[in-house]
Amino acid sequence: MLDTLLPILIFAALALAVIGAWRRIRLWRQGRPSPVPFLQGLAAMPRRYLVDLHHVVARDKVMSNTHVATAGGFVAAVVLMILVHGLGLGASESLGPMLGGLLLAASALMFVGSLFVAKRRRNPPARLSKGPWMRLPKSLMAFSVSVFLITLPTVGVLPEAFLQGAGGWILALALAAVLAWGLGEMVFGMTWGGPMKHAFAGALHLAFHRRPERFSSKSGGEGRSTGLKALNLDDPGAKLGVETPSDFTWNQLLGFDACVQCGRCEAVCPAFAAGQPLNPKKLIQDMVVGLAGGSDADYAGSPYPGKPVGEHHGSPHGPIVLSPKGHEGKALVDAETLWSCTTCRACVEECPMMIEHVDAIVDMRRFLTLEHGNTPNKGAEVLDNLIATDNPGGFDPSSRLHWAADLNLPLMAERGEAEVLLWLGDGAFDMRNQRTLRALVKVLRAADVDFAVLGNEERDSGDVARRLGDEATFQSLAKRNIATLAKYRFQRIVTCDPHSFHVLGNEYGELGGSYRVNHHSTYIAELYEAGYLHFAPWKGGRVTYHDPCYLGRYNGEYDAPRNVLKALGIEVAEMARSGYRSRCCGGGGGAPITDIPGKQRIPDMRMNDVKETGAELVAVGCPQCTAMLEGVVDAGAEVRDIAELVADALVANALTDNPVVEPVDATRRPTGKTAEEVT
Amino acid sequence: MRPEQQGVEVAVLVSVGRHPITGRARRADQDARGLELALGLERQLPGSRVNLLHAGPRGEESESALRGYLGMAAGAGMGLDTLSMLEQAEGSDVIPALAEHLAAAPPQLVITGARAERGEGSGLLPYALAERLGWPLVNGLAAVEGIENGVATLLQALPRGQRRRLKVRLPAVVTVDAAAPEARQSAFGPARRAELEVTAVAAEPDRELAEWQLTPARKRPKRLKIVKAASARDRFKAAAAKMEGGSGQVLEGVSAEQGAEAILKLLETEGVLR
Repeated sequence: MLDTLLPILIFAALALAVIGAWRRIRLWRQGRPSPVPFLQGLAAMPRRYLVDLHHVVARDKVMSNTHVATAGGFVAAVVLMILVHGLGLGASESLGPMLGGLLLAASALMFVGSLFVAKRRRNPPARLSKGPWMRLPKSLMAFSVSVFLITLPTVGVLPEAFLQGAGGWILALALAAVLAWGLGEMVFGMTWGGPMKHAFAGALHLAFHRRPERFSSKSGGEGRSTGLKALNLDDPGAKLGVETPSDFTWNQLLGFDACVQCGRCEAVCPAFAAGQPLNPKKLIQDMVVGLAGGSDADYAGSPYPGKPVGEHHGSPHGPIVLSPKGHEGKALVDAETLWSCTTCRACVEECPMMIEHVDAIVDMRRFLTLEHGNTPNKGAEVLDNLIATDNPGGFDPSSRLHWAADLNLPLMAERGEAEVLLWLGDGAFDMRNQRTLRALVKVLRAADVDFAVLGNEERDSGDVARRLGDEATFQSLAKRNIATLAKYRFQRIVTCDPHSFHVLGNEYGELGGSYRVNHHSTYIAELYEAGYLHFAPWKGGRVTYHDPCYLGRYNGEYDAPRNVLKALGIEVAEMARSGYRSRCCGGGGGAPITDIPGKQRIPDMRMNDVKETGAELVAVGCPQCTAMLEGVVDAGAEVRDIAELVADALVANALTDNPVVEPVDATRRPTGKTAEEVT
Repeated sequence: MRPEQQGVEVAVLVSVGRHPITGRARRADQDARGLELALGLERQLPGSRVNLLHAGPRGEESESALRGYLGMAAGAGMGLDTLSMLEQAEGSDVIPALAEHLAAAPPQLVITGARAERGEGSGLLPYALAERLGWPLVNGLAAVEGIENGVATLLQALPRGQRRRLKVRLPAVVTVDAAAPEARQSAFGPARRAELEVTAVAAEPDRELAEWQLTPARKRPKRLKIVKAASARDRFKAAAAKMEGGSGQVLEGVSAEQGAEAILKLLETEGVLR
């Protein structure tokens, strides 16, 4: 009896899954077109899954093994089940026992995995979604157990007669019913929107990801793609940014649909932890609600802090955020949710499905700023300043070098070329950052570096404008900066501002400016290793290091600052969240400008992290981080930039006494020392 | 909202502004506040329509500055997707052109900033325009409280936060300064899509202006404020108190010499002359 029933069940489930897949694909295709290399993407998908995705999943060893057992067992079991029970190969003399045996092994493996899934679901952490996800372990078990039992007679462990006769019939029907449940969840549910949707959408998302360059390559490519993509401003009639879910590109919608609701993003999101109304997981789920149409009432995870679930609703062609003009009621997402993000990329770094949350948030912000003209709080003022004065503070652009009045800095306009172009950043207007800049100049002069600055010709890099959604101002600033930089010859740009570093290095390329850019910590580490800097031993107390998001997660530079600190004789007492898991200072993405209230402040939480290490001093490498962390009231630790620590530790160059070992380096000035002593 | 309360036709006169630090063209602050006031009328008087009017030479810089006003219309409705531009040669007198345009299709309310940020910037334009049109003028407007049966109830801003309620028969010219609500953000997309309706008008050269010699303005010297108050309460009182004439003196029926002597004496006591 099962011989006829099983193929019907299996192929019916598969047929329904194909219909579901077609419907789901139609939902994604509501998005804007975005050309992808179709076959190439599909071919790259297994590697992206096995290497890149598992690199993220493997940060949690238990879950990683659980997933390997469950998913691996399931995929193998489905393929073998189609062969053995669907096509009836189990009955064949030669292949039957072998395939049946493999199927038993696969379903057993899947069962073991599902036990671990069940264990995790007993007391699930807050970040996991509940709802339909709670039945998943049972569904996994139903599938694996029923497949296992049904296959037993095939391989002859149980006699064929076992499922015959009156009792056998009932047993067979019961097994078939359990299998139907399993197939329903695992095959039908995969394309019709159950928890298993993540497998179907996720596989295609990996294949057609909008940032294919973020995946590692066989040739050893690191795979990092963090720069925002430029908005095409050429068509004056076009709508700018994302207003409705269908304004996302189709592969962005596909990416949202791939979410497994594991909540890793929620666990690392600084805004969520601070009680601001943002939860990256909920945001992605809201986009899924939007692309399918409906309300968020079925969402079973943590809500946006302070915003009850069930009040928001949307549709593929309806607005995501309501226009400011006096409308009551709610759309899919409130504007303050989008403005809470610090663009720290912690969620993207943690996401095992490689979803690009920050891209989506900036896309929606672009619409709010460029079309609604509704950037909250100081946003409008900062953008107006950037337009009128090329810096966010509205300072006189000709006062950019006032802090260096006594330093006699070499100007590019006078020199025309230099080995190193020192990019000052907008910190040049900030008295705290001016101390860092002076320290950096002292270090460069001590190492006898041939450098020059743009001085008043420099403009804001456009970082803040872009992340506030004002792509027009960003591109205007970027294009003028690129034109200025094109006038001069230099080998690299060095800056103490990771935001400028990121924008100059990763985002100007698309607009026609490609440069070699170094963060000052990278450059100082290089100078030290080449023997141009000599430090007095460290005499201070315990020190910890705070990784700036735009240096670490955005650019993968975790080692250089630590190497510099090591060279200073400092042993870094690492915070629990450091390196790629570093917690944001709260200063990125224009968050201090839009200033969405929460229960606590992000920098306060970070200074608590510092306190836990017992450090008296926290070394930083970013003007934003310095400002945010120094703004914490009653902080136990002092905040110093790496450049300041290096400048304080400088001792006279021993190499002058020992000309034999003088190394040759391209970044050195060819002749004579003309550097003046600073301070 | 009573049924007879219909929307009003409002014309906002806008100029090309000048950023105080960099001198770049922008939407002028006071004119933008004027437009903000006009956009706010929609809430009180549904169906109100706003027309933007500018007279002056056309150029890339001035066009992008004028689009700054149109960018404020995002989502406001009110028919604000065009700006009427009366194109004139540089150095022409704008008053006849504006007056002619306004008289041809009179709006009920003309709102403008009190003073332009570039050019003459004398602040005389609204007065000259009102005189020419024969309409009443109210300066320093803080709010339009209501318009009923052709009479507007206006709130005028006086120094030190004082307000005066006025009733004015429409049509009228009103000017706004820093007391009016702050202008909303200008959105790039609507600004770029909006249209400038350019009409070339007969240019009457401003002969007087041509004879003037223009030099960059200097900051006026400001008397240092000496805080005498000892306590916070005194300082607050000093800040919130009405301007007091106090030591002022009215001289009546005196000869020129006596008057000059009095002025000289005042200048000496103030330390302006030594």
